[in-house]
Amino acid sequence: MGSRASSLLREEDIEEIKKETGFSHSQITRLYSRFHSLDKGENGALSREDFQRIPELAINPLGDRIINAFFPEGEDQVNFRGFMRTLAHFRPVEDNEKNKVLTPGEPLNSRTNKLLFAFRLYDLDRDDKISRDELLQVLRMMVGVNISDEQLGSIADRTIQEADTNGDMCISFNEFTKVLEKVDVEQKMSIRFLH
Amino acid sequence: MEGFWAAFFPVLRIWFTCVVVLIMLPAMFGISLGITETYMKLLIKSLEWATHRIQRASRAEEILKHSASNGLIQRDNSSLEQEIEELRRNRPKSAERGDFTLSDVLYFTKTGIESIVEDDVTQRFTSEELVSWNLLTRTNNNFQYISLRLTVLWGVGLVVRYSILLPLRITLTAIGLSWLVIGTTMVGFLPNFRVKGWLSELVHVMCYRICARGLSATIHYHNKKNRPKRGGICVANHTSPIDVVILANDGCYAMVGQVHGGLMGVLQRAMERSCPHIWFERAEMRDRHLVTQRLRDHVNDKTKLPILIFPEGTCINNTSVMMFKKGSFEIGGTIYPVAIKYDPQFGDAFWNSSKYSMVSYLLRMMTSWAIVCNVWYLPPMTQQEGEDAVQFANRVKSTIAQQGGLVDLAWDGGLKRAKVKDSLKEQQQKKYSHMVVGDDSSD
Repeated sequence: MGSRASSLLREEDIEEIKKETGFSHSQITRLYSRFHSLDKGENGALSREDFQRIPELAINPLGDRIINAFFPEGEDQVNFRGFMRTLAHFRPVEDNEKNKVLTPGEPLNSRTNKLLFAFRLYDLDRDDKISRDELLQVLRMMVGVNISDEQLGSIADRTIQEADTNGDMCISFNEFTKVLEKVDVEQKMSIRFLH
Repeated sequence: MEGFWAAFFPVLRIWFTCVVVLIMLPAMFGISLGITETYMKLLIKSLEWATHRIQRASRAEEILKHSASNGLIQRDNSSLEQEIEELRRNRPKSAERGDFTLSDVLYFTKTGIESIVEDDVTQRFTSEELVSWNLLTRTNNNFQYISLRLTVLWGVGLVVRYSILLPLRITLTAIGLSWLVIGTTMVGFLPNFRVKGWLSELVHVMCYRICARGLSATIHYHNKKNRPKRGGICVANHTSPIDVVILANDGCYAMVGQVHGGLMGVLQRAMERSCPHIWFERAEMRDRHLVTQRLRDHVNDKTKLPILIFPEGTCINNTSVMMFKKGSFEIGGTIYPVAIKYDPQFGDAFWNSSKYSMVSYLLRMMTSWAIVCNVWYLPPMTQQEGEDAVQFANRVKSTIAQQGGLVDLAWDGGLKRAKVKDSLKEQQQKKYSHMVVGDDSSD
């Protein structure tokens, strides 16, 4: 925890991040300390290697996809604003009533946006459809070498069959939402902050 | 110019006499004149006052101060299987054993993001955050001007530490180390009488006591009856190179380590002359069989001193105990676990070797207030029937963690520099595969 870390974050920045993401003042400063401690190069931005240095993330089967979610299209560095914007998806929904978020439009941590985050983990090429190949890729990441190609293929086919309602052999975001409509996404995709 | 030197020499003489009489001689014989105690009392009072002022000011300005020991987030401790079962409970179809649903990714996503916000491992390789500021610039996380008096106190502390304590400590350490080299060399010339062993121990302990004074170390030993005996292996958690000085203040150990050049090499060779230690060449260290054999020979010789080993293999920041390498536990012999816990309020003993070199680390040590630590000697342990080296190592690790109030982690301390092993990821994938295809998977 650098001793100069919090002094690099100006009050105006904190206010802006607060408005955009809904995190509280103390949460922002503590997350900034965390950002700073991950930033080994001390250049104010995180690279993919910085994330991979976290052992628990490196052994997560979806680790690479999650890391990818932080980096905007084609970029190799994420600054603190981007970091917070991605983390904001995981704020609990109840906090919105407490903090009275004033952003126009939907807050980043709404149910829809949480589902969109999960959808984008599958949909690598961002064409708003999960194709059979994309589904297979994610499946392969999660099961490693323990399941054969044929078995995995039939699992993917069955999943698409169940979800696909318009017959295009792909899962759109609406179809995805329908499959997960009974899942408590608000709770399963939220992190409980202690302060 | 001459006038300056003429005045300077007597001052230097008085300085040296003071140091020798008041500090070195009592230290060598283990007597205490109470100087350190008075210093510590004064220090504790000042720090308490400072904490009080900071708290008053923060309450007045309504800044939320969080206890650094609390985590940032609360995590579920449920397993992969439990979480995925829960996610699947609401599937529209009837749930057969095993299968895949699109919602399975939510589990991995959540745990992944949680580990980005806060993880158990990376925080162990940087210094512990303090609950309240201890008037050292290096621990100041939220620098705010609180009051004039506090700043003055900090300034006074700065002057005292750098101009009085630092030269004093450097002098003491220099004397201590030279005494070690000279003393052990002299003892080394003696023929192998029983007296030689006794003298060698005396020299070692005296020198370590001087070095401990050189760090203003206050050490509290507990359960001295469990002190390691000859022919045993002493095992402790590792926070810094100073651990050796701390432990050797209360007993003599045979050190194990790599042969170094430079000053360390001089010390190693000197120590080797008076009593047997175990130094390995770099190439020898890779041959695990050779290493184990040499250690075993030493342990089986009951006249030799107990070996001191730090099974973590690297310095950890004294908030947790990380994986114990099983090598030390395969030697046989009795293990004497020792738990060392430093009080971070007076000085942070952790050596962050990727950030500070040895020299800058020692300078930081010598410009802290003091080193205060507790050493607990735990009852001896031996490998039990049906227990392999890894399980034995884990058992010893838990005992040490529990006594020292440290978090018991299974992660390897080597993760400080190395990447995590792929096999751990494969374990996760295997567990998940069971959830997808049920128990009749083709393995």
